[in-house]
Amino acid sequence: MWDFEFTLEVMPDLLEGLWITVQATVMGYLIALALGLAIAMVRRVPYAGGVVHAVMEFIRTTPLLVQLVFVFLVAPSTVSGMTIGVVVLGVHYSAYTAEVYRSGIEGVAKGQWEAARALSLPARRTWGAIVLPQAIRKVIPALGNYLIAMFKDTPLLFAIGVAELLTQAQRLGAANFRVVEMYTLVGFLFLIVSIPSAILIRRLERRYAAV
Amino acid sequence: MPPSETPLHEGPQGVEGQPLIVFDQVVKRFGDLTVLDHLDFQVDPGERVTLIGPSGSGKTTILRLLMTLEKVTEGHIWVDGEPFSHMPRGSGLAPASESYLRAKRRRVGMVFQQFNLFPNMTVRQNITEAPIHVLGTPKDEANQRASDLLDLVGLGEKIDAHPTQLSGGQQQRVAIARALAMQPEILLLDEVTSALDPELVAGVLDVLREIAETTDITMLCVTHEMGFARDVSHRVLMFDQGQIAEEGHPDQIFGDPREERTKSFLRSVLDNGD
Repeated sequence: MWDFEFTLEVMPDLLEGLWITVQATVMGYLIALALGLAIAMVRRVPYAGGVVHAVMEFIRTTPLLVQLVFVFLVAPSTVSGMTIGVVVLGVHYSAYTAEVYRSGIEGVAKGQWEAARALSLPARRTWGAIVLPQAIRKVIPALGNYLIAMFKDTPLLFAIGVAELLTQAQRLGAANFRVVEMYTLVGFLFLIVSIPSAILIRRLERRYAAV
Repeated sequence: MPPSETPLHEGPQGVEGQPLIVFDQVVKRFGDLTVLDHLDFQVDPGERVTLIGPSGSGKTTILRLLMTLEKVTEGHIWVDGEPFSHMPRGSGLAPASESYLRAKRRRVGMVFQQFNLFPNMTVRQNITEAPIHVLGTPKDEANQRASDLLDLVGLGEKIDAHPTQLSGGQQQRVAIARALAMQPEILLLDEVTSALDPELVAGVLDVLREIAETTDITMLCVTHEMGFARDVSHRVLMFDQGQIAEEGHPDQIFGDPREERTKSFLRSVLDNGD
C-alpha cells in the first residue's frame, strides 16, 4: 500500500539528493564539453593526438563505475567524493564528446579551411570564428544526448558515498523499510528532469540539425 | 631578397620592368601523378593571364601553389624577386615555414569555384573578417570598405544577409569582394563561374571585367569562359599535361592557334557550348 504521508515526509531529503544529482551532472557536463573540445583539437596534432586517442580509448572501454571507485580509492582523502564524482564523470564523458566534436570538425568543408588560409587568417580565428561555430552547431543535438546519458549515470556516485538522489533514497528506504516507495520516487524524480531535458534537446535538434 | 646573400639562387628582382611572378622549373606531384612538369613561366605586374587547357592539365594547381594551399615538389616560385615557395636560409633556400608563408600569402587573394563563403557569418562579416583580424583595419573603416566593395559588385543591399540567402552568382560576387578587401596585388580566379547556373555567369564576369578595367591588379584566371578570357586577358597560356603547350595574345590563341592540342581543346570547349 502506497504511503502518501511518508512520501511527503521524505520528499525534502529526496529533493536535496536530486539537487546534488543535478549539480554533479551540470558540473561534470561542463568539464566534458570543455575537455572534449580540447581533446578533439589536440587529436589533430601529430603524435600528441595519437597518445590522447589511446587514453580516450582506454577510458571508453572501461566501466565508469570502476573508474569512479578506483579514483576514489587512490585520491587523497581530503578530496571530497563529490569532487571526484564530478571530475571522473566529466573526464569519462569527454572521451565521448571528443568524438562528437571530431565528427563535427571533420564535417566542416575543406573549402572553409582553404578560404581561411587564402585570407591569411591566424589559426585562432580560423578555429574560433569559422571552424568551431560551424562544427559545434552541427553536433549540438549529439552533445545534448550525452547530457541526458550523464544525468542517468550520476546514481553511480552512490558507490563513492556522494549524497545524491539514489544515496538518499537508499538511506531513507532502509531506515523506514519502504524500499519500493523510495525507488519508485527516485525513478519518478529522474523522469521529471529527464523528460523536459529530452524535449528541449529535441527542439535544439530541430533548430540546428537541419542547417 | 638581397642578391649578395644568395648568389647561388639569385631570383628575379622586384623592380620596375621585372616580372612579378616567376615559376622556375616547378614540379608538382601527387603521389605518382605529375601535375606540373618542370614548368617555367613569368607574369608581369598588372598583367592579366588566363590559363586554359583540359582538366587535369595543372591549371588549378598553379593557382593553389600561389595561394600556398599546395607546396612545390621541386623547383621554386618567386614573387616580386623574393622566394615564395622557399625561404632564404644561409646562402641557399629551404622549404618555406608556415610563418614565412603566412607573411607571403597576404599579397595574394583567391576566388574559388565553390565560393567558400563562411556560412556562419553575414556578408559584411565575411568581407571584414580578414581586414580586421589580419591587417588590423579599424572596424569602422573595414565596414566602410565592405560596403564600397559590395556596391562595386552590385550587392550593396545584401550587406546584412547570410550567404545561404544569396544565389550562387551573388555568393561569388561577395567572394570577389572578400578577396579584394585584403587589397591583394595578385588575384587568383579558379573557375569562378563553373559552379554557377548559366544565367548567373554574366553578372559575375561583368564584375570581373570592371575590376580588370579599373584596377592594375595582377590576375591569374583559370576559366572555360573563352569570351571573357579574350576580353580581359593580356596573355593566354594553353596547358597540357603539366606544361605550357602554347602561349600568346588572346586574339592569336583563339583566332589562329598554332598547336594541334590548342585547336582540339578549343574545338571541344566550343562544342560544349561554353
